[in-house]
Amino acid sequence: MKHLLSINDLSKVDAISILDTAQELARVSDGPMKKLPTLRGRTIVNLFAEDSTRTRISFEAAAKRLSADVINFSSKGSSISKGESLKDTAQTLQAMGADAVIIRHSASGAAQRLADSKWMSGSVINAGDGTHEHPSQALLDAFTIRKHLSKGATDLAGLRVAIVGDVLHSRVARSNVLLLSKLGAQVVLVAPPTLLPVGIESWPCQISYDLDEVIASVDAIMMLRIQLERMSEMYFPNAREYSRYFGLNSDRIRAMKAEAIVMHPGPMNRGLEITADAADGARSVIVEQVANGVSIRMAILYLLLAGNQEIAENGVSS
Amino acid sequence: MKNGNYLLTGLTLPNGSKSDIAISAGKITEIAPNLIAAEGFTKVDLAGSIALPGLVDLHTHLREPGKEDAETVLSGTMAAAKGGFVAVSAMANTSPVADTAGVVEQVFALGQSAGFADVFPIGAVTEGLKGENLAEIGAMADSRARVRVFSDDGSCVFDPLVMRRALEYVKKFDGVIAQHAQDPRLTQGAQMNEGEISSRLGLKGWPAVAEEAIIARDVLLADHVQSRLHICHLTTAGGVEIIRWAKARGISVTAEVTPHHLLLTDESALSYDPIFKVNPPLRTQKDVEALREGLADGTIDIVATDHAPHPAEAKECEWQEAAFGMLGLESALSIINQTMVTTGLMNWETVADRMSYAPAKIARYAEHGKALTVGAIANITLINPAQSYRVDRDLVASRSRNTPFHGMDLQGAVTATFFRGLPTFLNGKLASIHEGSPESAGK
Repeated sequence: MKHLLSINDLSKVDAISILDTAQELARVSDGPMKKLPTLRGRTIVNLFAEDSTRTRISFEAAAKRLSADVINFSSKGSSISKGESLKDTAQTLQAMGADAVIIRHSASGAAQRLADSKWMSGSVINAGDGTHEHPSQALLDAFTIRKHLSKGATDLAGLRVAIVGDVLHSRVARSNVLLLSKLGAQVVLVAPPTLLPVGIESWPCQISYDLDEVIASVDAIMMLRIQLERMSEMYFPNAREYSRYFGLNSDRIRAMKAEAIVMHPGPMNRGLEITADAADGARSVIVEQVANGVSIRMAILYLLLAGNQEIAENGVSS
Repeated sequence: MKNGNYLLTGLTLPNGSKSDIAISAGKITEIAPNLIAAEGFTKVDLAGSIALPGLVDLHTHLREPGKEDAETVLSGTMAAAKGGFVAVSAMANTSPVADTAGVVEQVFALGQSAGFADVFPIGAVTEGLKGENLAEIGAMADSRARVRVFSDDGSCVFDPLVMRRALEYVKKFDGVIAQHAQDPRLTQGAQMNEGEISSRLGLKGWPAVAEEAIIARDVLLADHVQSRLHICHLTTAGGVEIIRWAKARGISVTAEVTPHHLLLTDESALSYDPIFKVNPPLRTQKDVEALREGLADGTIDIVATDHAPHPAEAKECEWQEAAFGMLGLESALSIINQTMVTTGLMNWETVADRMSYAPAKIARYAEHGKALTVGAIANITLINPAQSYRVDRDLVASRSRNTPFHGMDLQGAVTATFFRGLPTFLNGKLASIHEGSPESAGK
């Protein structure tokens, strides 16, 4: 595997191998020597053509822990803001000898365009493209769910996960539906009908318009961010009504199964899709998701750039 | 080549009979089997080719004036000749917009001097294609370009009152309004057909209903004011149903379909390659089948290319940044052969109607769309339906290379195009500009 553009690029075995690798790497990160020499001399470019804090920092930390040289290239103050095309940017990065480009872009399919074009030859890792996919987020979510709920199983068979909110515009939802179902979980999407795309019937998941109907049956609930600009686009009457039907509050937290967990990919709109006590309560694994993100992204870089052979040579545990 | 006497041999006429055709001084002089080449005639062996009346395109973007980096009247009509067309209709969305007599006369004159095909300008319905005030429709109709087709193509005439007025106004000179049916509110930021594929790709959907709602409104308006309406590039099964219903009611509506909508589907977008980005978008297989059926049974009157050249940078980018549109002139007849003739849905007489007689009739192009008969102007398109070829974007006559068919094997190759008795395309070559020009035809 050269690129990671979509969860569709991964078989179930591939996905589990990323989770397992991340688990080993997390153990290293907890130890005294956080840094591994694996990617020494490799150049990784963080090409962030759309604002992002946590994903960019997470990839940067992951690359540095593997000893790669990291170049950050973000839209503000760069040639992208001067209207440079993706093609020219890619050719520039190629000329600078980038071994991998981690791309965040507002256009769906931008990562695939970069990978399919002949503009550059390195690996392409999709760090979120428009409203299409965000595979590393889904992998860290699956990692988090597995850690808490799989009872030692390598996959997520038998678990039920609700993803709640703006599915229409969510790359996190698209990647998670594909990955969690691939790993054996049953996914139910909960949203007002306006925020579910036409054509969703073909997705490998269930659909519900009623959060209270599904809340008691799920093992994990993932709240999606409601972007403030949706307010003016008539997807729902107002924030209050949205929160009443689709927000996670303490009443709904109480209705959940005893061991169920609460997740959010961030950044949160506290008071809109999630209340402060739900976000900070005992079930919340939201901060842990961020930590797991670094391990998952190390595993992705490791597997794409070092290859299996080098994993054996350098030995994660050696 | 300059005397204009040709004997075309080994042909099959649209009705299936074998024949030769003799051409002299721009007219067909004889149609019969086994003709003997008279003195001074150039014999052209076209064994295996079907002879069709010269093709007429009702929907062409020639980009001149304003976007000469993408196409010019000359390069566009060369592409037309290569594709078997003898007349094209230049859409109004140029820069400046063809909304005055001056601009349509300029485009008309450029076509005349290019000499590869007749160029009939289409006038804008509204000033600047803005959908607010009527353009100088009367002045364009009375100009030397004699415009009869008006369209804001690229934009929909969305205001129902403006559409009503336009439909009424063109009755004065038997004109027609060609509507680009797209509800702008339902398609804000739209990128591709809204459905299963767009839901997965995270690309903003362009729903079928945004096309169908406008078609339904406009056939009712055309009925109410008893005027002529033409629907550009129909793409949906529902749209075909509405047109069928309207025709059954006796409403004066005609409709066109593009070759690409008869062949490609929204699954092409899975590549995220914007070469497949077009407006209206590629739809589903179910729509493709309904369009084919509608074209075969006459619900859809004509094939029109919506030839839309774009420079490389408009397509070498992210999907949502890319321009809408694809080349169409050079591959159109091959695709009709492949989708409609080899499938048994249409015979060559029907192809002649959908690509020559009917478009000329809708647009009132008096000298075009005539049956191949002795005495007729020698506008003739020849296609060898058995010959297949691989599309190569580097070999197109158009100035742009944005063909979605690059690398595809198409069946049915245009072997020659005769425009007013002279070959604009023959033996795989376009006439030299000089040979193709009207001056050399001795006019």
